[in-house]
Amino acid sequence: MRPGYGEVLIAEGDVEDAEQERELIAAFRAQLELGMWAAVPVREQGGRRAAEFVKRFEDVPRDAERVIFFPRAAGG
Amino acid sequence: MAAVDAYDAEREERAEERARELLRSCVNAEEWATYETHGLIRVYGQADRRPTARQGSRAAPYAYLIYPHKPIVVYAVESGRLLGEYCVAFGSERLPASDDVLAKWLALTSDERGLIATANVHPIGRQTDPERVRRDLERLASGALEPRR
Repeated sequence: MRPGYGEVLIAEGDVEDAEQERELIAAFRAQLELGMWAAVPVREQGGRRAAEFVKRFEDVPRDAERVIFFPRAAGG
Repeated sequence: MAAVDAYDAEREERAEERARELLRSCVNAEEWATYETHGLIRVYGQADRRPTARQGSRAAPYAYLIYPHKPIVVYAVESGRLLGEYCVAFGSERLPASDDVLAKWLALTSDERGLIATANVHPIGRQTDPERVRRDLERLASGALEPRR
């Protein structure tokens, strides 16, 4: 998520390919260093949708289709 | 995050279109229909769930209403009593409306306690219109916000 632009693709690749995985890890860390939060949308039993908060690339499920980065929350 | 240079209405419109598609891809059909029809999403609270004999599971005693660029409203599910407003902002610059809703949804469904601990809590009515919220709750209760079949 980016103000003025909405969804912006940061990186894409296959985690089973070592080189692409390194690039995904670098992109993930860069976003967190910029102060973004990361979440993975998931489907739960009963059709419920939710998200999993991830702080490390290793926490991202290997079969995750995407990670969404969004600005950190602060009291408004 | 790079600063947005100057306001560009067409760019903002495209941004909102992309944000709506991203939101739609994350939430379920009922949540999307509610947002599309009335501009809000309801998320049930995950903490302090209590057992219910009828459902044989656990029901949430409270829920949140997410409005774009407005505080998150929390209310008691059974009574409909409005409990308060959670004021929270994502970043220093204004996100597209649907991205603001999605950011709240992502944070609430992944780390409810963390988001609530971050927010400034106020009595209902500080930034939201209680009558509007009550009307929205009446619509939800009547099924007026259920997805069209």
